[in-house]
Amino acid sequence: MSTGTAFGFTPGSVSGPQLEADPSGEPEVEYLPADTVVDLAALRAESGIDEVLAKLDEELVGLAPVKTRIAEIAALLLVDRTRAKFGITAPQPTLHMSFTGNPGTGKTTVAMRMADLLHRLGYLRRGHLVAVTRDDLVGEYVGHTAPKTKEVIKRAMGGVLFIDEAYYLYKVENERDYGGESIEILLQVMENNRDDLVVILAGYQDRMDTFFAANPGMQSRVAHHVTFPDYTVPELEQIGVLMTKDIGYTFSDEAHDVLKRYLERRVGQPWFANARSVRNAVERARLRQAKRLLETGDAKVDLKALTTIEAADLLASRVFDSAPDEVLTAEEYTVRG
Amino acid sequence: MRITQGTFSYLPDFTDEEITAQINYALSNDWPLSVEFTDDPHPRNTYWEMWGLPMFDLKDPAGVLLEVNACRKANPNAYVKLNAYDASLGRQTTALSFIVQRPADEPGFHVNRTEVRGRAIQYTTHSYATERPVGDRYGQG
Repeated sequence: MSTGTAFGFTPGSVSGPQLEADPSGEPEVEYLPADTVVDLAALRAESGIDEVLAKLDEELVGLAPVKTRIAEIAALLLVDRTRAKFGITAPQPTLHMSFTGNPGTGKTTVAMRMADLLHRLGYLRRGHLVAVTRDDLVGEYVGHTAPKTKEVIKRAMGGVLFIDEAYYLYKVENERDYGGESIEILLQVMENNRDDLVVILAGYQDRMDTFFAANPGMQSRVAHHVTFPDYTVPELEQIGVLMTKDIGYTFSDEAHDVLKRYLERRVGQPWFANARSVRNAVERARLRQAKRLLETGDAKVDLKALTTIEAADLLASRVFDSAPDEVLTAEEYTVRG
Repeated sequence: MRITQGTFSYLPDFTDEEITAQINYALSNDWPLSVEFTDDPHPRNTYWEMWGLPMFDLKDPAGVLLEVNACRKANPNAYVKLNAYDASLGRQTTALSFIVQRPADEPGFHVNRTEVRGRAIQYTTHSYATERPVGDRYGQG
């Protein structure tokens, strides 16, 4: 051997336990002098925040309050990073959120995006999303809840823990319910492991209000209460177009007009679930389109025919059955199926 | 006597930062980790107490470190080790195992020499720590 040390190991000057890192080996961090002027715009361009936000804007229709909040968070994280360069360190901002809104307003979709977004902004280390409901957190017998909740929390660390229909965690009518225990553990983690995970609670507005009223600790630990507004008809139309594009369909010009009329009627009807209703409408139009193609006399089709949804596919919907000003009651709606 | 065993037995004890880096490495290889502890330091003691179940589906070292710290807190005067298990076909064994905590004072071992037939000698290692009952071996826990 050319060198004198076996296995290439050179013993250090200190032997034995060294639980504290040796500070001498680490380079001294140099802070910017207090009179430095930093170009925030350059830092912003460098961090890639704008691309993330632009992508969000392009892929998610409407949702102005949500986008504003995300832009604010992005700005805060950037400013915090700049402050750190001067040596001013503040604890990581709390980013636990609550998403409330009517069905189909994009709560789950945004939560999925949020994990990726916070990862890119450098807040989360991994940026994965663990979506859970009451079943995954609350146990079936005494002593089962805590390990179950902790297990989920450990899996979510480094990413986002998304609790859908969070109000089910707390059952007012049953004081022996184990949901309370789960909430307690969550609260503790939300406070102590702020840098490790972001908790997002989602649910319908009225029920979440009851939930927060019953758990004031939760209410105060969630810094961002974001309300998802209902979509307007033009927004829904845009969503419909985007959705069909994603699955390789286009609307013909007439179909586009019909879609608009369809949505105008559908909005006022019972069980309207915003984007989800649009998706269902698109799905049904696909079914009708397929049936129409098979039933036409000559069975020869080209790519255009295969990918175009015609006005007839939408007009067959039962939404057009009633007169324009007639709004179906829930009961009638069910009967007509 | 400082007891060494496992993957990094020849290195000084790890700091939490270094432990985190190792956990990260294990997780990046899809090796689930588990925490074990004991107060019987005999080298033939392969069955340490499990601190909870092995942790599957974790993405971030913070979750593992949380359990390590919980175990340290509950057993401040015991040995704690981290195991990473490689479940891939053909290996299916512990891929990484190292001590993350040791008692402040390790009394070490005594060698028992027993003279047997033909004046041959049989050796036994005896840990001084085990002279005291379980849970009381390294001072109050």
